Amino acid sequence: ANMKLILIFSALLGASLCLETFVGHQVLRIKTKNEEEVKQLQLLESLEHLELDFWINPSAPALPVDVRIPAASVQSVKAFLESQGIEYSILIEDLQDVLDKEKQDMAESAQRQRSSSFDFGAYHTLDEINAELDHLASEYSFVRKIQIGESYEKRPLYVLKFSTGGSNRPAIWLDAGIHSREWVTQASALWIANKIASDYGTDASVTSLLDKMDLFLLPVANPDGFVYTHTSNRMWRKTRSKIPGSVCVGVDPNRNWDAGFGGPGASNKPCSDSYHGPSANSEVEVKSVVDFIKNRGNFKAFLTFHSYSQMLMYPYGYKCTRPDDYAELESLGRAAASSIRSLYGTTYQVGTICKTIYQASGSSIDWSYDNGIKYSFAFELRDTGRYGFLLPANQIIPTAKETWLGLKKIMEHVR
Amino acid sequence: DIDDVGHKYYLELELEDVLDKDRAVSCTAEVLYPLGSRTSAPDVQLTVQGELRSTEEADKEFYNRIRSLEKELVAENIPDSHGNVPPELEPIHLLAWVASGYVSWQNSTENTKFHLAQVKHVKQVKRSDEDLQFDYVLLLHEMVSQELLPWEVTVLWHPQHGARVSQ
Repeated sequence: ANMKLILIFSALLGASLCLETFVGHQVLRIKTKNEEEVKQLQLLESLEHLELDFWINPSAPALPVDVRIPAASVQSVKAFLESQGIEYSILIEDLQDVLDKEKQDMAESAQRQRSSSFDFGAYHTLDEINAELDHLASEYSFVRKIQIGESYEKRPLYVLKFSTGGSNRPAIWLDAGIHSREWVTQASALWIANKIASDYGTDASVTSLLDKMDLFLLPVANPDGFVYTHTSNRMWRKTRSKIPGSVCVGVDPNRNWDAGFGGPGASNKPCSDSYHGPSANSEVEVKSVVDFIKNRGNFKAFLTFHSYSQMLMYPYGYKCTRPDDYAELESLGRAAASSIRSLYGTTYQVGTICKTIYQASGSSIDWSYDNGIKYSFAFELRDTGRYGFLLPANQIIPTAKETWLGLKKIMEHVR
Repeated sequence: DIDDVGHKYYLELELEDVLDKDRAVSCTAEVLYPLGSRTSAPDVQLTVQGELRSTEEADKEFYNRIRSLEKELVAENIPDSHGNVPPELEPIHLLAWVASGYVSWQNSTENTKFHLAQVKHVKQVKRSDEDLQFDYVLLLHEMVSQELLPWEVTVLWHPQHGARVSQ
């Protein structure tokens, strides 16, 4: 470990010592009048010792040529241009000044963002989301950030616990982002977290709810996948676990639960986007939730966010038969869908997973239901396919607001 | 069920104009999925009852704008990760939807549900005739398998001749 530390330190030192500065560099805009002048500039371009950096290369007389000139070459380049009668103007006097100002602006903006509100109407990175979780936990005494485990790539799985007291009160579970490309779910979960926290004490329903029950909210259930959607593939769905014997990566975390595991509606092929994994709970992201819920116990509701399709579903997915509590869940689902529709007219289909979307084995709400958590619902949020996973950010807050109404309906019933 | 032939569905549809929400047009359709084979597209007969909005102005404007471009249009990731589509690329996006409709139709069975997830890449190809040509790489999302499938499609378009799609 020490060797590694020394290596890292010297690498950092090396990098900082040859950090590039642009002090005295100028950016000129050169206006060529004819082909001859263009050729002169192309000649200039070929002189490598000048270290010229053309932002717009010389190509045709009608187009301007923008070039960054290192401090040491500025005088000689200008002398050359003037001797050839080539017109130029100074776009940037000192590039380093511009860069310094830009850095300052960015720091100020970041500072403003930290002290002012989080923009719930925009999509954020994992780091930004985690920072906001810290912010909520520090602002509200009844909100705590807990870690229930680690992802495959060792990222913490953070849950917000909303509890105004008691000991092991009946609880509600809510997760989002189990499928990482479904960006509106993590975003909505954050808005809802803030809504619940800020409404406690002022909204009768929320206050009554938190006075009797605890709420556990996991906004990013699949952080590895989420980071991957930011850095590499916006359409990534699964976890990022290595699969022995395959070049393909990742397991569909919503086919990995111990409910009809491996049955129809999941793939046994590692390269498939609905690959169920080598065994139930093989994914640490799933196992962590299972263990947490089993260990704490006393959960009355298990709710999970997906997108897209605008559906509100209850068990079962692994079989196409109705659950014992069919009548109650159907009725509650319809009431929740009605509440959702009341805000902007957004319509949701209600039903069992199998009848509403497709047969799917190993899904989370089937597991929770078969483990005694009666009020198990899966939401498919906006839209119905026009933007699909790429829902414009300006729809985040409307989606969150209408979904919140549906959520409230369910939670009031559970209470 | 039609013995030895396949399954026929009779549909009554409402067509909603995405760009003109108040306008809805009724349609009826008959869709025949052939038995067993995954090699032939379902047969579709559609009757539109009512009128579709005229888009002559916008079509002409788009056509002229693209024809007058010096460099061929190239774009990628429409919409981008955050769901944004630059206004000048909206017609390209709409044309992609037409193309994806064709691909969906050609590849549909009773157990598939396709949506256009994203235009991964589009490149205009200048032609000597009057048509506009766009070579697309489309990402299609198949709901049942949840797979994202890339499709290369070429679209020819002209204000009077409409869109023609080839794979």
